[in-house]
Amino acid sequence: MANKKQMDNQALTQKQTTPPLLEMRHISKYFAGVRANHNINLQICQGEVHALLGENGAGKSTLMNILYGLYPPTAGKIYWKGQAVDIQSPKDAIALGIGMVHQHFMLIPALSVVENVVLGMNCGRQGRLNLNEAAKKIEALAKAYNMSLDPWAKVWQLSVGQQQRLEILKALYKGADLLILDEPTAVLTPQETEELFNMIRRLTEANHTVIFISHKLNEIMAICDRVSILRLGEITSTIHVCDTCQQTLARLMMGGEELSAIEKKPASLHETVLECTKLCCRNTRGLMALKDLSLSLAGGEILGIAGVDGNGQSELADAICGLLTPESGKVRINGVDMAGKSARAFLEQGVGHIPEDRHRRGVVLSMNIRENFILMNYYKAPMSHKHLLDWKLIDRLTDEAMASYQVKAPDRDALMQNLSGGNQQKIVLARELSKAPSLLIAMHPSRGLDFGATAYVHNRIIEARDRGCAVLLISTEIEEILALSDRVAVLYEGEVVGQMPAAEVKTDTLGLMMAGALRGAG
Amino acid sequence: MASVLLAFVVSGVIIHLCGLDVISAAKNMIEGSLGSKNAIAESLLKMGPLIFTGLAYALAARCGLVNIGAEGQLYIGGLTAALVGIYIPNLPAPLHQLFAVLAGFVGGGLWGFLSGWLKVRFGSSEVITTIMLNYVAQYLINYLVSGPLEEPPGTFPQSRPIVESSQLTRFLPGTRLHIGIFIALLCLVLFYFFLWKTTHGYETRVVGANPEAASYAGMKPSSSVLLCMFLAGGCAGLAGATDILGIQWRLMPNFSNGAGFDGIAVALLGHNTPLGIFFAAALFGIVRSGANLMQMLSKVPVSIVNILQALVVLFVAASNIVFLIARRRAIARAARRDSAPEEPNAPSEIP
Repeated sequence: MANKKQMDNQALTQKQTTPPLLEMRHISKYFAGVRANHNINLQICQGEVHALLGENGAGKSTLMNILYGLYPPTAGKIYWKGQAVDIQSPKDAIALGIGMVHQHFMLIPALSVVENVVLGMNCGRQGRLNLNEAAKKIEALAKAYNMSLDPWAKVWQLSVGQQQRLEILKALYKGADLLILDEPTAVLTPQETEELFNMIRRLTEANHTVIFISHKLNEIMAICDRVSILRLGEITSTIHVCDTCQQTLARLMMGGEELSAIEKKPASLHETVLECTKLCCRNTRGLMALKDLSLSLAGGEILGIAGVDGNGQSELADAICGLLTPESGKVRINGVDMAGKSARAFLEQGVGHIPEDRHRRGVVLSMNIRENFILMNYYKAPMSHKHLLDWKLIDRLTDEAMASYQVKAPDRDALMQNLSGGNQQKIVLARELSKAPSLLIAMHPSRGLDFGATAYVHNRIIEARDRGCAVLLISTEIEEILALSDRVAVLYEGEVVGQMPAAEVKTDTLGLMMAGALRGAG
Repeated sequence: MASVLLAFVVSGVIIHLCGLDVISAAKNMIEGSLGSKNAIAESLLKMGPLIFTGLAYALAARCGLVNIGAEGQLYIGGLTAALVGIYIPNLPAPLHQLFAVLAGFVGGGLWGFLSGWLKVRFGSSEVITTIMLNYVAQYLINYLVSGPLEEPPGTFPQSRPIVESSQLTRFLPGTRLHIGIFIALLCLVLFYFFLWKTTHGYETRVVGANPEAASYAGMKPSSSVLLCMFLAGGCAGLAGATDILGIQWRLMPNFSNGAGFDGIAVALLGHNTPLGIFFAAALFGIVRSGANLMQMLSKVPVSIVNILQALVVLFVAASNIVFLIARRRAIARAARRDSAPEEPNAPSEIP
């Protein structure tokens, strides 16, 4: 192993004597004032596998979308083989030899492999399609990289791994020298991942270059030559993989030690509010999303669930508020077994829920503020009597809530879609907290909010906890978890791989657990 | 409003291109629909069913459903009303009228409920089932009036007349105008009351606007679907019932003249709001009733009304699309200059 690493090292020094294949200089990108990328400098050498490592929202995808011509950068320049280039669209990028494999495949399931490959290309003569010729080329190409893929198979018949292979082939067919793989292993099984790695090795042997976007440390250690770490839109460091270890990477990704800036009193625990025992759930695709998950949470406590997106967080939240029926296992709220109960029964047990996706679930965009305010308790007194809504009272309560939660809106008749994200979230918060829940599920409560709104939301959540509410905080942002939680649990592939009091959390341990590289005390 | 004006202008051009006199056509249309007591009464008579079927479409639309089945629901409502009108004799008139009208509501309602149930139980699209049930209803009536319900000795395919006590009261002497129009206006008010004042109406609107949020709030979208399809079908059923009980006085094939489909245009033009439906139904009622005189005196075929109506629908739909494109462009523009920080709490530019 050490031998191989040394060889890698030598090869790399050799590679670096040639000018870089790609250079991005001082790239910045702002979305409506939000900083996605700031002054990024990145050099990619011919023939290397270069990893971009960072948390969700660190700016990895934005940077790659700029490179692929999907977004124009706010500032900065891109140099390709030493020449300044202006990439205005994916077409320009492809012409230069840049290919991108998106996390969600861009394939048409009903068409065959060859049809998908030639899609959008000018193949054949005089507007006539010559698929046979293209198919031969694809077969030859596949053989050259030792992939097996039938050019006439329909895409819907292919496995996920094969579809990814097809995406890579598609890019190679269009003449890609540089391949961008956006979280390529997120959808793959371990075996498929191994196959992908073999493919990447063969590509670099043929002097192709790969940018590998990931937040899985073990994969980066296994396949990449160098790694650039993005944090909050900036590249904080670029290092050789052979000079580092998973622990260092984890610490770099988390950004070292910045802890709670929020004032909070020590937790005073009450009775147990939420108890999950051996919970197993399938997701919408029928895969096991939660595996024997056990948790307990007391009133007056904030339990932070850390983890990379897609490790069962959504299913956990849905199971606890009655929107997802578990395969097996138990959910008890305030000592009541909730098996087979309706979503409304969960609400009646005092569950408040700040949902993951505000627009999809949290609010009704085409309705006004007061109509959104009563979403959870419109059906009972005092909001309504005998099926009739008491609009006078609702108006008064809405006005009060808007005042006490500092919602900035023209009036209560303003449509939800005309409010900023922060104000929408304040209304969700007002609605969920005004019913004095005994359990609050807060999922990504500050997602998409600016600094001020985030602080406001955090303080309100802590207030709720001080009143004795049990808070289950699910977030992919480590800072948020660490700032708010009394206790932290890490979710990895549907399991709790570690639980610890927030005070004892070390960021690198946490990072390793989130990446599935370490199991702590359950 | 612009869509309506534009539709009238284009219809005028079409009439002109046919070599006919536009001015006289317009004059006769107004004369025929608003020129006399009887003309106004006939316009109101045309308006009533349009309100009902407009409501049938709008109510379902508020729940996120597309109800193309008002025509079939109308036929079944007419059938059940006629049955009560024919076979229950010896009732005081007000009571008999009430029962017959209610029977029409329930009949149409059950027909709509059937589509809702098929959707909830099997996931079949209500668009398809409501359209197909239109044919089932229409042919069922055809069969009944030339079979089991046929009036002896069987010269015409029609049922026996309904009992006099079940005929809807005509309140304007010298005209056919009956109390059906008041029932229609009452339904408009109830439509508003249901959607904006009751908890079930609120549920309906949430389900229609964001089903995902509805489930999250503990509502049951399937119950709302069933309730709405019943009520929507009931409204359409009232269109059939009031027509049979107020005008036809007996059941016969094809008595609807497509009022069920016209309701879609009415609801579309009225943006599924009570006032909008009122004015849209008034407009189409006036145009429809004026068309006869226009045909007689200006030789402009009644079919021009269908063209006019189609144009209105087209323009309303087109203006929605134009609006959508404008919105996309605005978003794209905003994205292009997003480097300039915006005031975080400014309302977005598109309402």
